[in-house]
Amino acid sequence: MVNRTIAPPIKDAIEFDLQLKPYIFFELDNGVPVYTIDAGTQEVFQMEMVFYAGNSYEQQKLVAATTNFLLKNGTSTRTAFEINEAFEYYGAHCARACYNETAVINLSSLSKHLDKLLPVIKDMITDPVFSEEELATYKQNSKQRLSVSLKKSEFVAARLIDAYVYGDKHPYGVYSNPEDFDAINSTQLKEFFKAYYLNGRCVIFISGKLPADLKEQLNKNFGSLTLKANIEQLPTNNIQPAAEKKYRIQNDAEGLQGAIRIARDFPNRHHPDFMKVMVLNTLFGGYFGSRLMGNIREDKGYTYGIHSYVQNHLQQTAWMISTEAGKDVSEATVEEVYREMKLLREELVDEEELLLVKNYLVGTILGDLDGPFHIMGRWKNIILNKLDENYFYDTIKIIKTITAEELRTMAKKYLNPEDFYELIVI
Amino acid sequence: MIKFEKFVLPNGLKVLVHEDKSTPMAVVNVLYDVGARDEDPQKTGFAHLFEHLMFGGSVNIPVYDEPLQVAGGENNAYTTNDITNYYCQLPAENIETAFWLESDRMLSLAFGKKSLDTQRKVVCEEFKEHYINKPYGDVWHKMLDLAYTTHPYRWMTIGKELSHIENATLDDVKAFFHKHYTPSNAILVVAGNVSAGEIKTLAEKWFGPIPAGEKYTRQLPQEPTQTAPRTLEVKAKVPLDALYKCWHIYSRTDSRYYTTDLIGEILGGGASSRLFQSLVKEKKLFSNIDCSHTQSTDAGLLIIEGKLVKGVNMKDAEAAIDEEIKKLQTAGITDKELEKVKNKTESMMAFEDMSISNRASSIAMYEVLGDADLINKELDLYKAVTAEEIVNESKLIFDSNNSNTLYYYAN
Repeated sequence: MVNRTIAPPIKDAIEFDLQLKPYIFFELDNGVPVYTIDAGTQEVFQMEMVFYAGNSYEQQKLVAATTNFLLKNGTSTRTAFEINEAFEYYGAHCARACYNETAVINLSSLSKHLDKLLPVIKDMITDPVFSEEELATYKQNSKQRLSVSLKKSEFVAARLIDAYVYGDKHPYGVYSNPEDFDAINSTQLKEFFKAYYLNGRCVIFISGKLPADLKEQLNKNFGSLTLKANIEQLPTNNIQPAAEKKYRIQNDAEGLQGAIRIARDFPNRHHPDFMKVMVLNTLFGGYFGSRLMGNIREDKGYTYGIHSYVQNHLQQTAWMISTEAGKDVSEATVEEVYREMKLLREELVDEEELLLVKNYLVGTILGDLDGPFHIMGRWKNIILNKLDENYFYDTIKIIKTITAEELRTMAKKYLNPEDFYELIVI
Repeated sequence: MIKFEKFVLPNGLKVLVHEDKSTPMAVVNVLYDVGARDEDPQKTGFAHLFEHLMFGGSVNIPVYDEPLQVAGGENNAYTTNDITNYYCQLPAENIETAFWLESDRMLSLAFGKKSLDTQRKVVCEEFKEHYINKPYGDVWHKMLDLAYTTHPYRWMTIGKELSHIENATLDDVKAFFHKHYTPSNAILVVAGNVSAGEIKTLAEKWFGPIPAGEKYTRQLPQEPTQTAPRTLEVKAKVPLDALYKCWHIYSRTDSRYYTTDLIGEILGGGASSRLFQSLVKEKKLFSNIDCSHTQSTDAGLLIIEGKLVKGVNMKDAEAAIDEEIKKLQTAGITDKELEKVKNKTESMMAFEDMSISNRASSIAMYEVLGDADLINKELDLYKAVTAEEIVNESKLIFDSNNSNTLYYYAN
């Protein structure tokens, strides 16, 4: 009979040797850098064109996001419908998204269709028309969507906490109201497009099962455009954090839950504490077995889930705790978060829990290297953040070697309640 | 082509192994053939609550998560109206930890009172977060209750009301476990850097000794054919009027399922679909519109839903949807359109099969439907659908006597 009270022997995940498959790099004729990972079991690819065209570059709210959105809504030779159909006919998916420094076009499809899809992308990034009709529809539907989102306490909380931490003029803290959509006009979009797409800076990431003539195909479509390589310097914006630290906001008189956000400013990935804090964050609220989940969900049942994370920003960033908790236990939840901070500042993590977190982290990184898209995701992060190429291996090394004392030092430095903004939206 | 080997243990547990040596990881996926449709109408939401309790410790192992995390693994689970699925992913070298954990909770739970007390609260917060404290959060509660009069699909997986979850007792938990969590009611799929021989040995070692238990035979009340249109009007504190329509379709194993799925794609699957192009872009009646279906095992619903542009009259919006349906029924579809939705399906399937965890859960799902090899056969079944079948089915499905309409008005 098998003895079920004894766990089978395991190899500690920290013993595993993790390898990040290297990328292949080349430049297009115009200097645009291309990073490629050719791997995978399925005949699919994903191409991400990253433009330095995020909201940090706009003079007026929503211009960057609207420009990015409308790239797909008509060129001088294709209507919005024809562009969509050109992708969907081949079962391809073309998404676009606008972030703070960057804005992207993300194309994914079966590998065999790449050659038919690249000319459509070329059309979008060289010849969009920003028609008045498309702009009007976009404004109307975006305003409607925003009116629904504003009824959700979690949406309201997420915007406000960023505004407190960075200031509501900062690209990371700015948010829009319905009237901001009304102020956009097509001239601004055309100018933004010309500066940041047509003559903009671009970097391409492409992964999956890739054709042998990839470089030729990319050159044929993008190599003679007036695009330039990615920039050395990002635009700087001063943080203007709010003076007041604690907020209670009523958004819905009949709300049953409070959307809780607790956050502080935090340096970016280049700071020597960053990777250590990633380990501390995991322990604190970064996985299912974290202190916050264990206490506030699994012991007290105040919430369906509570998480902490460091925001993914290129310059400065923030460390955030986020949850939706029952209205009557929201204040108690905030207190418990601070109690968990105190424990981490005052008591050393025991070796068993530390090893668990290390094994968990290494195991998830190993699992996350499953497939070419994830591998490229890791490289993209390193490249866009301008990190050392050994960053991946340095991270693993820190996870494997960090001590309980180092974690407590980090907690003492960064987990002090007086440094945190605190918000409950009901 | 996704290859797998299959064997059955004497206690009835089906085991399927999919080898993929390109990854250092392994996935252990256990599907229990029980979902919200198997619940007592007075105790809805129980299958999902029970899923939470599966992490509250088993007979020999006080906590589930920690030993898995120590082994470098992570896990999750989900419940639908049809099934409950648990999966963990971990480095393949530590796979035995997953066998130990999964077999012990199939053998017996700890049935701790504290776990039940806490998880009742957690699930109530989940209920509030997703279905109450959210604009339009109650739509599917109302819609399913309108469309189904008899079949247990008339309630949602989360449950009909908070009190059903609040009133769950430990005796209910035990009874549910003994009825549904038996080896013969489960499917174990192991995928990743493993060998079928090794998995057979591990399965016999850890799952073999679990008593077979009594086989549960599902006998659900079947939904009678709908014979007249049904409508419901709701006023709620939301910013925009919304319109929801649904029609009864076929079961997951019916050969007409593929035709129905493609009808949904043609009407509302993406920015070049008919409803989006006509009603959002050209007529500007809706700010968004989608067509989808419930993908359930028993006969499901085809759904069209959208939010109206402010100032648009509900009846005008509905008439415009009817007009698009009429167009499909009378003018049919072009070859290019048919080719497009088939290409989309092919692409979607390829992307779905990228991760071993998706492949494992798909194999389990197809096996519970009766044939794991459907994972390799379905693309051809989609490809065989003709334009004529799409038109004929659209005439049958979009019969007004088969329709359920929810008018959701902003108060």
